[in-house]
Amino acid sequence: MAVKIVLAGEGGQGVQAIANILAEAADAEGKEAIYIPNFGVEQRGGVSIAYVQIDDNKIGSPKFPKADIVVALSGRAITRTARYVDGRTTFVYDSSTVASAEIREEAIGIQGVEADPRSQRQTEVIDDSKGTNFELPKNAGNIVGIPANHIAKNELHPRVFNIMILGAVVKATGVVTVEQVKLAIEAKLGDKFEKNPGLRDLNYRALEKGMSLVERVV
Amino acid sequence: MFMSDKPIKGEKRVFMTGNEVCAWAALAADADIMYGYPITPQNEVMHYWTRLSPKHGRKFLQTEDEISAGFTTIGGVMAGRKSFSATAGPGNTLFQEPMSMAEMMRIPTVVIIMQRGGPSTATVIYSQQEVTMTTFGGNGEGFRVVYSTSGHQDLYDYTIKSFNTAWKYKFPTFVLGDGYQAKMREPLTMYDPAERGIEMVKPFPYVGKPGMPGTDRPTEYLRNTYNTEAELYDAIMEIARDYEKAAPEIIEWENVQTDDADTLIVAHGIVSRAARGAVETLRKDGIKAGHFRPITLRPFAEEELRKAASKAKNILVVESSYGQFLKLVKEYLYGLDKPIDTILRPGVGITAEEIVARIKEGR
Amino acid sequence: MSMQPNMPKSWNPDTKPHKFCPGCGHGLVLKMLGEAIDELGIQDKVIFGCDIGCSLLAWDFFNVDSIQTHHGRTTPVITGVKRADPELIGIAYMGDGGGYAIGSQHLVNAATRNEKITVILVNNTNYGMTGGQMAPTTLPGQKTETSPYGRDPEDTGYPTLGPEMVAAITRKGAYVARGTMSNPKQLKKFIKKALENQVQGNGFSFVEALASCPTNWRTNAEATWHFVEKDMAEYFQVGEFKVPGAKEGEK
Repeated sequence: MAVKIVLAGEGGQGVQAIANILAEAADAEGKEAIYIPNFGVEQRGGVSIAYVQIDDNKIGSPKFPKADIVVALSGRAITRTARYVDGRTTFVYDSSTVASAEIREEAIGIQGVEADPRSQRQTEVIDDSKGTNFELPKNAGNIVGIPANHIAKNELHPRVFNIMILGAVVKATGVVTVEQVKLAIEAKLGDKFEKNPGLRDLNYRALEKGMSLVERVV
Repeated sequence: MFMSDKPIKGEKRVFMTGNEVCAWAALAADADIMYGYPITPQNEVMHYWTRLSPKHGRKFLQTEDEISAGFTTIGGVMAGRKSFSATAGPGNTLFQEPMSMAEMMRIPTVVIIMQRGGPSTATVIYSQQEVTMTTFGGNGEGFRVVYSTSGHQDLYDYTIKSFNTAWKYKFPTFVLGDGYQAKMREPLTMYDPAERGIEMVKPFPYVGKPGMPGTDRPTEYLRNTYNTEAELYDAIMEIARDYEKAAPEIIEWENVQTDDADTLIVAHGIVSRAARGAVETLRKDGIKAGHFRPITLRPFAEEELRKAASKAKNILVVESSYGQFLKLVKEYLYGLDKPIDTILRPGVGITAEEIVARIKEGR
Repeated sequence: MSMQPNMPKSWNPDTKPHKFCPGCGHGLVLKMLGEAIDELGIQDKVIFGCDIGCSLLAWDFFNVDSIQTHHGRTTPVITGVKRADPELIGIAYMGDGGGYAIGSQHLVNAATRNEKITVILVNNTNYGMTGGQMAPTTLPGQKTETSPYGRDPEDTGYPTLGPEMVAAITRKGAYVARGTMSNPKQLKKFIKKALENQVQGNGFSFVEALASCPTNWRTNAEATWHFVEKDMAEYFQVGEFKVPGAKEGEK
């Protein structure tokens, strides 16, 4: 049975990038994987959602009604992804206040040929000082709040926020090994790491940190 | 013709989007030139082709619109080069003008369709709402070949096959995909057709052959106009005869546990994956379901569908449209008195769970 | 209480903030258009048509009846409206793709027939909504998704000079101009004159507006302005090309 993962956040938070890394890692491990982004006429400004499925056997439809794990990184993402939640879903959200998205100049992601992830810009500026007042899905099997943004800002670097989330997803689902994920990250960011070796270390620390924030649930 | 190094040597397993797959497949099929116009969700076919093609001596032109893309593709074919295009939705609507000409004049165009919501602009995302248009669009009789792909391996295999089918039988040929296939990433194996024993049909020119026209060789006078009813009738019946003759060699289909099925699920394209999954689940629960998947929508495997349907007690037709595929199916099932249930979801993806639920409900 | 930014009266405040990308030229063009509509007092007569590119995002922008059409078909739809009811003020709003590529035949024919409508065309040298493909107005050497190695004029010619073309094929009564977002006052003046031209019933009015697209140009603020003010302005001359009342052969 495929593990069904939904990742959602504001444009610029790097959701598509880590969904791709996850799917690539699974594929490299010889598993079957499907990744599909949400996409609409407005390529910019909507909630960015990625659907990933990983299985040993060939996967059916690219979309699914309910997920095994949903990760929502902004208030709007929480509302938008509620429909994928049922009694067996683990719902992970960012419990630190919902802050404005960091837009990286050297964006990770499918560059140049596919829709530029940088083009997914946030259009709402949400006040950092307000608490998150979006309703969490009550029907979820399991709700996990992690102060992701806070940790990324204070312990790591906002730049690796999404890699930290990736670590959490890898730990929670167990769909791929950490080694394989590191290889996938290397494949994508290798040349940037060559120019700045400190980045590699930062990314790996973010990955480890993310893993430490959750338990295996799937 | 520029025969450079092979773009794909041997075989390799890759993980990429459907749009990229199509670009590579066209390269592997020795396509010479792509004519295209931007429309979501197939833009990336162009993006990849414009980056890859110069490295392999192939060409590209972005035209002013889809009408032009269709007619320039026809022009390319007439000059004896493997030409193709890609489009979707409203672009597909515009393509019907040139494709009518291709149908009448037996021009082997290859067009990749990534279905999106319809009608009109609708969504850029997904549907199976271009079935009627792609199979029977324009003011023609549907003398076309349409392959309905269910995933990336299909996209690769059938894009390559489309060039061979088109150039061998001379009917406009379509790869009918959809926005999900276009944008999702999944694994597939790319290969050099030669290494799998697939011989690529060589293109030939309709015009511009060597020699002085009228003296060294007959002049080519190509038209799609006729003066009398009788003349047209003869012309059409000749195309019809060729089409009927070619059909058995072209039609493709798949049977999934249909021999002893009580309920026969009929679906095509990516929805076929949900149907397959449903059969698996239902069988585990002791329900005898089966799935018939037409791969060619034109020409259609009518005999095979009737064979599978006649064994079943009832039929369930599933599609992401309001009945475009159902219409085809009903025509081919004419006379077979079986109850037909439907799941019709225009522009919406369908999952195995939904199909299972409907079949269990009905018991 | 928060400070509301100064919005044209003809704008619909409920649909703001708008959905255009930060740094997009459309926002400014639509502001100038809104102010022109206000100053001319024609809000209740305007029918606003838009294309399906980024201009699509203007479909609910104004408190003015609006029609989103198929790609390139805004000109004929607004032509149809105006012909059926000449009391209305028809504005066809589109991008460089909708006007100079798929819509070019309609533009040429509406201009030739001297249709009494106003076409406002936003030129940002690429197809924005679909992800940055080459457009008729892409500059030589400019990299886009379908000219990844830079536009080669030997292969695909030079950028379309729309206002110049429209000026050449129109006669008495037409108004043709090219403005730029880097000179909003002048742009508004041109738009206002174009609308006045229609109100007076003189003939076809056409304004091209040079605009930015930092998202698809992949430029930061400084580079964006440079591209509009220097690179584009070098190629696309800003000014009026035809003013009603000018003699034949005169600009």
